[in-house]
Amino acid sequence: MTEYATRFGSLEGYEKGSLEIIDDDPKRYTYSNVFEVAKTSRPWEKVAVAKNMEYVLEAVRAEGTSPWRICSHDEFAITMDGDIEFRFIKPKDASVVPEKTEGSVRLEKEPAGQRMGTVRARNGHMTLLPAGAAYQMRAERPSVLLIQGISGADTVFKWAEICQTVR
Amino acid sequence: MAVTTAPEVKVDATEANEHGYRTFRIGEFEFRRNEYFVYITWPTGRHVMSADAFLKALQRDVAWDFFYGIVNFDGVIGTVNHYGTVDLFAGRYNDSYRKAELDHLENFQTPLIRETFKQMLDDWTNDGFDPFASPTETGSAFGPKRGNNRKAITRHRVAAKRMVSVPGDEQIRTDTSGFKVNRHFKDVGQDEPDVRPEPGFENEIASFNLFAYLSRSDVTWNPSVVAACKNSLACPTTEEYILPIVHGNDRVEWFVQLSDEIWWNVEDRDSGVARCNLVMKPGDVASMPADIRHQGYAPKRSMLLVWENADPRLPALLSSGKLPPTAVDF
Repeated sequence: MTEYATRFGSLEGYEKGSLEIIDDDPKRYTYSNVFEVAKTSRPWEKVAVAKNMEYVLEAVRAEGTSPWRICSHDEFAITMDGDIEFRFIKPKDASVVPEKTEGSVRLEKEPAGQRMGTVRARNGHMTLLPAGAAYQMRAERPSVLLIQGISGADTVFKWAEICQTVR
Repeated sequence: MAVTTAPEVKVDATEANEHGYRTFRIGEFEFRRNEYFVYITWPTGRHVMSADAFLKALQRDVAWDFFYGIVNFDGVIGTVNHYGTVDLFAGRYNDSYRKAELDHLENFQTPLIRETFKQMLDDWTNDGFDPFASPTETGSAFGPKRGNNRKAITRHRVAAKRMVSVPGDEQIRTDTSGFKVNRHFKDVGQDEPDVRPEPGFENEIASFNLFAYLSRSDVTWNPSVVAACKNSLACPTTEEYILPIVHGNDRVEWFVQLSDEIWWNVEDRDSGVARCNLVMKPGDVASMPADIRHQGYAPKRSMLLVWENADPRLPALLSSGKLPPTAVDF
């Protein structure tokens, strides 16, 4: 019986596929690789690798301890590689993130409030970053997250650097 | 014979033919099958498809409720979703048929075409054939009619409201719930994250093993929602062999390859002219513009994150030219 080997990518082990243009502009396909983006990103930089109107998927190089962040809507984080701990706090002052603010907001320090719990997520785990909860992430070794959310003030757009632009 | 399926919907179907299959009519289209093939006729033309290919495409169209945009069963037959009505077409997105004026299109109220397709799928799917399964995991679609496979064709479609595993939402897959690890994913880790909610926050602190969840999928080429942020829908799916339809976009959609490899052939949505081909490997991200159609080929079962924007305003904004067909301009 055939033994099948499932291939996942990682920061240290990924092989990009290829886009072969026949009659089109390669930029229309916005072709990049999450691990390649994380490889050259600063820790906790949120680089958009996909965008659909206001919505984004952000590739994040998780390394060390992140700033505290909060968001008025749910976000979802897939651990694409590594081991990441999430800590959650319900801020006493709910106004730290206005209800209509889109995207996550960086907080200057740990907010006062009630501890909500923790999650430790490894490869392939999807974690809810709930609306109105402040969160901090920690990764002892460089790891990679893919965050589903809405474009915010800290979303980094650098399409020309990360995408294939020539045939 | 007219078969009543709902008070307001009457499906036009005959008695069974000599092979045991009913013939269906909707508008001026007629669909009939024999042991091997499905024959489609319309006032200006005719077309034939293999029964298994037709049923795999029909299964997706029914399960997805006509999906986003165009579901091409092949290069001739397909549907266009207008979200309330549906176009059924022959040759409309095929340059040769258009030039020869053999193409045909009719618009139907969604309940009528939905019920017609559902009954066709039910009548034409034999016992042992699962249109959602990969070719090596199912029996044959062919031969004279023998029983049915209602369990396979009426599966629950996962549509998480917030995220799989959150209390009250769609739940993770386990052996106990009937989802065994697929033969291609025996090596996928099944460990669950360490989730430690404080009392009172059990509904907020949540995480699950998405890769394990996907490794237990019993269907192929069937995106379903695991996480939703307003209209942003994460719809991962497991893919093996060939996408049974050619999907024509009515909005931009995005692919993130989570495991293994998929080859995509990308063509102009309306003419079928080749635009590009794309080989996606783990971590690769690509957008599919709103003016193309695409079909995927997966040599081994793989995990693909399909990311959709369900904003109902998008098709009109794109077709009116108020939005460009690409998501990003740089």
